[in-house]
Amino acid sequence: MRNDGRPIPTLEVSAAQQQIHLHTFFILQEVTATSRHYVDRLFDPDPQNVLQGVIDMKNAVIGNNKQKANLIVLGAVPRLLYLLQQSSSSLELRTECAVVLGSLAMGTENNIKSLVDCHIIPALLQGLLCSDLIFIEACLRCLRTVFISPVTPVQLLYTDPTVIPHLMSLLSRSRHTKEYITQIFAHCCKTPEHQTVLFNHSAIQNIAPLLISPSDKVRMQALKCFSVLAYENTQVSMTLVNVLVDGEQLSQVFVRMMQRDKPIEMQLTAAKCLTYMCRAGAIRTDDNCIILKTLPCLVRMCSKERLLEERVEGAETLAYLMEPDVELQRIASFTDHLVSMLADYFKYPSSVSAITDIKRLDHDLKHAHELRQAAFKLYASLGSNDEDIRKKITETENMMDRIVSGLSESSIKVRLAAVRCLHSLSRSVQQLRTSFHDHAVWKPLMKLLQNAPDEVLVMASSTLCNLLLEFSPSKEPILDSGVIELLCSLTQSDSPALRVNGIWALMNMAFQADQKVKVEIVRALGTEQLFRLLSDPDTNVLMKTLGLLRNLLSTRPHIDQIMSSHGKQIMQAVTLILEGEHSIEVKEQTLCILANIADGNTAKELIMTNDDMLQKIKYYMGHSNVKLQLAATFCISNLIWNEEDGSQERQDKLKDMGFVDILHKLTQASDPNLCDRAKTAMQQYLA
Amino acid sequence: MSGPSSGCGFLMSVVVHGDLALNEQEKDLNQRLRRLYPAVNEEETPLPRSWSPKDKFSYIGLSQNNLRVHYKGHGKTPKDAASVRATHPIPAACGVYYFEVKIISKGRDGYVKYMGIGLSAQGVNMNRLPGWDKHSYGYHGDDGHSFCSSGTGQPYGPTFTTGDVIGCCVNLINNTCFYTKNGHSLGIAFTDLPPNLYPTVGLQTPGEVVDANFGQHPFVFDIEDYMREWRTKIQAQIDRFPIGEREGEWQAMIQKMVASYLVHHSYCATAEVFAKSTDQAVHEELASIKNRQKIQKLVLSGRMGEAIETTQQLYPSLLELNPDLLFMLKVRQFIEMVNGTDSEVRCLGGRSPKSQDSYPGSPRLFNSPVHKANVITDHLHFLLSPGFDSNYCNGVSSSKGHTLAHSHKSCPRTMPSPELGVLNGSRGQQTNVGAEVEMEVDHFSNGVFLCSKRQLCGGSQAAIERMIQFGRELQSMSEHLRRERGKNSANKKMLKDAFSLLAYSDPWISPVGYQLDSIRREPVCSTLNSAILETHNLPKQPPLALAVGQAAQCLSLMARTGSGSCAFASVDDYLH
Repeated sequence: MRNDGRPIPTLEVSAAQQQIHLHTFFILQEVTATSRHYVDRLFDPDPQNVLQGVIDMKNAVIGNNKQKANLIVLGAVPRLLYLLQQSSSSLELRTECAVVLGSLAMGTENNIKSLVDCHIIPALLQGLLCSDLIFIEACLRCLRTVFISPVTPVQLLYTDPTVIPHLMSLLSRSRHTKEYITQIFAHCCKTPEHQTVLFNHSAIQNIAPLLISPSDKVRMQALKCFSVLAYENTQVSMTLVNVLVDGEQLSQVFVRMMQRDKPIEMQLTAAKCLTYMCRAGAIRTDDNCIILKTLPCLVRMCSKERLLEERVEGAETLAYLMEPDVELQRIASFTDHLVSMLADYFKYPSSVSAITDIKRLDHDLKHAHELRQAAFKLYASLGSNDEDIRKKITETENMMDRIVSGLSESSIKVRLAAVRCLHSLSRSVQQLRTSFHDHAVWKPLMKLLQNAPDEVLVMASSTLCNLLLEFSPSKEPILDSGVIELLCSLTQSDSPALRVNGIWALMNMAFQADQKVKVEIVRALGTEQLFRLLSDPDTNVLMKTLGLLRNLLSTRPHIDQIMSSHGKQIMQAVTLILEGEHSIEVKEQTLCILANIADGNTAKELIMTNDDMLQKIKYYMGHSNVKLQLAATFCISNLIWNEEDGSQERQDKLKDMGFVDILHKLTQASDPNLCDRAKTAMQQYLA
Repeated sequence: MSGPSSGCGFLMSVVVHGDLALNEQEKDLNQRLRRLYPAVNEEETPLPRSWSPKDKFSYIGLSQNNLRVHYKGHGKTPKDAASVRATHPIPAACGVYYFEVKIISKGRDGYVKYMGIGLSAQGVNMNRLPGWDKHSYGYHGDDGHSFCSSGTGQPYGPTFTTGDVIGCCVNLINNTCFYTKNGHSLGIAFTDLPPNLYPTVGLQTPGEVVDANFGQHPFVFDIEDYMREWRTKIQAQIDRFPIGEREGEWQAMIQKMVASYLVHHSYCATAEVFAKSTDQAVHEELASIKNRQKIQKLVLSGRMGEAIETTQQLYPSLLELNPDLLFMLKVRQFIEMVNGTDSEVRCLGGRSPKSQDSYPGSPRLFNSPVHKANVITDHLHFLLSPGFDSNYCNGVSSSKGHTLAHSHKSCPRTMPSPELGVLNGSRGQQTNVGAEVEMEVDHFSNGVFLCSKRQLCGGSQAAIERMIQFGRELQSMSEHLRRERGKNSANKKMLKDAFSLLAYSDPWISPVGYQLDSIRREPVCSTLNSAILETHNLPKQPPLALAVGQAAQCLSLMARTGSGSCAFASVDDYLH
C-alpha cells in the first residue's frame, strides 16, 4: 500500500474538479500539460530533482492564481504535505514545500478550502515541532494565511491542546514568528472560551512586550490580540490594567498608539482595547485616558475623512463605550459636531458616486447598510439618558424620517439598530408628545412587531411600552390598531424579556383606561394566562402583572365589575402570593391590589367575608417593613370608610377582630406616613 | 530697629521671589512657544504673549501681567460691550496656533452673561464683542453660538461659564478655526479666515473675569497631538509630490547633484567612485580636484601660509587678480599665528600643532548632523551643515565612525559648510536662512582648550615677534589696498577684529576669541574654493547647496505670505 499522495488518475474526476466551472475547465486543459509536469517532478526518485522541482513550482505559482488552482486540482497538495512531513526529506526540501503551500494558500478561498480538506493544518502544526527556525517560519506563514481566511474553522487551532502552549513558546523566536503567531491569535480568538484558553497560557505576558516591538506589523498584530482578548472579558481586562511594558502602564502604551500621527488602524484598535477595558470595569469612565483620549479618538474615526469601514467600527465602538455613562454621552454629543457628522452616514451611496464611478458605487452600496446601522446604534447610545441630547438628535436633518424608513429596511441589522434608536428616543416625554406623533412612528413599529426575530421584538415591544404611556398621543391610534391581541401573544413567549414587555405594555395601556379597554384586555388575555403570569419565575413579569391588575382595579365601578366576574380567582391569586416566598415589593404591590379591592362597593365583601384574608392583613399591619404596614393599613382604612353602606357592621367586625388596637398602636408609629394613615382610619370610628 | 528692617527684608524677599517666579514662568513660556511653533521667526513676527494694554476698549481692565481681563463697564446694553486684542497677530508660520481662556467669574447675577472668545483683525471696533463685525469671529458663552462677522450667531457648541476652559485653535494651513471646551474639541467653527488675526476676548457683564493662557501653562487640550496630525499630513503631501515625468530622470538628476557636490568640495575619491558607479562624467579633471583638496586641507588645518603659497603656485594669477581674497587669507593667517597653528610660527618652535589644533587627531565625524564648534560667545548661530554626503565620504560604504574617515586619506578633514544664504547675494550665514541651529559646544576641541593652558603663538617668543611683524605687513597691505581700491569696510572690520585679539591676555576667552575657533576656517576655505572654481568657469556653489538654500528661502517666503504649511516642512527634517 502506497501512501505517497500520488494523484488520482485524471479520469476519475475528483470532488474538487466537479466544482470547477466548465469555462475554467477548458482553460485548464490547455495548461494542464505544463502544470502536470510540475506535479510529476515531485515524484522523481532523485531527491535533488524533487527539490529543484519544488523550487521551480514555487516560482511558477507566485501571483498566478490559475496556476495555483491547476496544481491543487492535479493533486500537488497531498504530495507536498507528504514531502513536508517525511523526516527523510532534507530540511531544505521541507522548507520549500511549506513555502509553496503558503503560496497556494494566498490564492482564492477555494484554494484554502482544498488545503484545509487535505488536512494541511495538523501537518503544519506538526512541523512547528522541528527545531529549524526557517522551516518553522515557513510553516507559520502558511498557517497564518490559512487561519486568517474566513473559510477556515478557527476551532482547528484549539483541537490539539498542546498547540497553544507551543505557539506561545515559539512566539519570541524571531520577528516573523512574532508577527505570524500574533496574527493567528488575533484572528482565531472569537469566543469567551478561546479568550480563556489564550489567557490561561499567559497570552498577556507573552504578547505585551511585542507592543513596543520595532516592527510596525508586530506591534499592530499584538495590539489586535489585546482587543480580541479584552472584548467583554473582565478577567483579561482586569489583568491588563496591571501590566507594565518597559516600566509603562499598558493603558498609557495604548494612549500613545492613539496619537494622531499613528496609522488609523492602530489608533482605532488601541481605542477598542481601552473601550473594552473600560466596559469591563477595569478603567473608570472618568479616567483621562477614556475621557480625553479614547472618546475623542473614536469621534475622529467617525469623521468623513475616514474610510467607510473605519467609520462603521468607530461609531460602533463609541456607542459601546458610552452606553452606560451619561457624562460620556454628554461630552460626545458636543465633540466635533458628532450628532450632525452622523447624519452623513445616511448619504450612501451618494448621488455623485452613482454617476462618476461604478467601483465606488459598488463599494458604497456594500457599506451603506453597515453605516446606517452603526449610526442608529450611536444615536441610540447618545440619547439613552439625556433629554437635551435626544432633542438635538431628533432635530438633526430628516432624523425621524430616517428612523421610520430604517424600521422597514430589508437588512435585519438596520431594522434592529433603528428600533434601538427609536427606543432610546422614546424615553423622552417631549419627543413622545411631538416628533413621535408627527411622524406616526407607531405604524412601522406595529408592522415590525408582526413578524420579526426575538431581538427586534424585544426592542420594538419595549418601545411600544413607552408609546402606550398615558400622555402619549400615539396611544389612541395604537389601541385602535388591534395591538391587544399582539401584546397578549407576547406574554406567552418563551423569552422573559418579551413576556415582561408584553405585560408591561398592557399595564401601561390599562392605566386610567376606559372600561371598554379594560374588559378587552381581560378578555384577550384570559384569566388563565393572567394567573399563569402571576406564577411566572421572572419577578419582573410578576411585578408588571400585579401592576396590570392594580391598573385594572381602579375606580369603583371597574373594581366591582371585574371582581364580580373574576373575584374568586383574583382572591385566590392574592392569597397565594401573600403566602408565598416573595420580595417585599411583590407583597406590597399585592396588598395595594387588596386595598383597591377594598375600595369597591360590592367587591369589599370578598375581603370582609374572608377571615383568613383579614388575618393576613392584620399580620402585615404588624410587619417589620413600613411599606407593607402602610399598604395593609390602607386596605383596612378602605374597609371601614364611613360614608359607605354597611360601614358600621364592618367597623364592628374589625373592632372585634382587634384591628382598632393595632390601629391605635400604629398612631404612635415613628414613620409619619404610617402614623397619619392610622390616625385617619381611627377617625372613621370616632365620627 | 530690627522690626522695620526685617519687615523690609521680608518684603524684598517676596519681591525677589515674585521676580524669580516670573522669570521661571517666562522661561516656561518661551520654551513652550519654541516647541509649539519652531518655524516662527519671532524677530519678524512675534508671537502673542499677553493682552495689549493699548489695543482695548476702556471698559476692559487688565492685570496679572496683562493676562487677566475684567469688565468694568455698566453692562446694560450691547453698547457697553468691550474687547481686547493680544499684543501681536498670529504668525502664519505657526501652522497651527492655539490659546486658552479660563472663565474665572461669569459676572454678577441678574445679567445675561455675554462673553465672547475669538479672533479679530487689527482695527476692528473694540466697543463690540468678537464676531459681531467684519473680520471678527467669536464663540459666545451665553448661548453657545458662533458669530462669524455677523450680529446673529449660529448654533455651535455648549454654553460655558465659571470654571470652564475655552480654547481657540487657528489652523493656518486650511484657514479654519475650532474651539475646545475643557479639553474637548467642538469641531470647526469658521472657515476661510483672513490672515493676521489677533486673539481677542470680549466681555459685557459687570464682574466678568477671564484669564488667558498663551503658552504660560500647559494647555488643557492636547494641541500637540492635533499638530502631529497636520505635520504628518503635510509630510505625506511632500512625500507624495509627483516628480519627474519620465522614468529615471529624477534619479539621474539627484545623482548629478550629489556628484557635483562631491566634486565641489573635492571629495575626489568619493566623487570618482560615485561617478563611476552611477555612470556619470566628472566635469573637472581629477588633478584639479586634488589640488583644491590639498589647499582646502591646509586651510582647514590652520596652515594658512602654506595654503597661500600653494594657491599661488597652482593658480598663479588667482590671488593677484583678487587682492581682497588674498587679504582675507592673510588676515586668517594672522589669526592662525595667534592660534599657534600657522606653519610660519610653528616652525619657530611653537608648541606641537596638535595640542593647539582644534581639529583633533582624528577628523571630526562626517555624519554628525550639527557642525559643532568651540565657541566662546555662546549665542553664535551657525548654519546647519547638511550631512548628505556622509554615506559617500569613504567611497561606497556607508559605515560610520571617525576611524573610517581617518583611514581614508582623500577625505578632507572637515566638511565645509555650504553657504546657503547665497541666493539673495548676501553671504551672511546667520539670519537670512531658515535653517539655523544653536551651536553646541564641541566636546573634543573644547576639551583641548580647557585642559591645556593656551599660549599666544604657541608660547614661543620668536613666533610672537614673527606674528607682530606679519601684523605690520598686513597693516601696510591694508593701507595699500585702500589707496589702490578705495575704502572697504569689510576689510577694515576684519583687520580690526583680528588685531583685537592681541588686546587680551587670553584671546581665547575674549569677546573676539571666536575668530580663533577652527570653525571660522570654513568660510575662508569655502570662499577660496569658490574663487578657484570660478576661474575654471565652474559654479562657485554646488547645485545641491543651492537647492537646499532655495528650499529654505521658499519656506521663509511662505511664512511671509501666510502659507501655514511651512510650519511642518522644515528643511532640517530632510537633511539626515
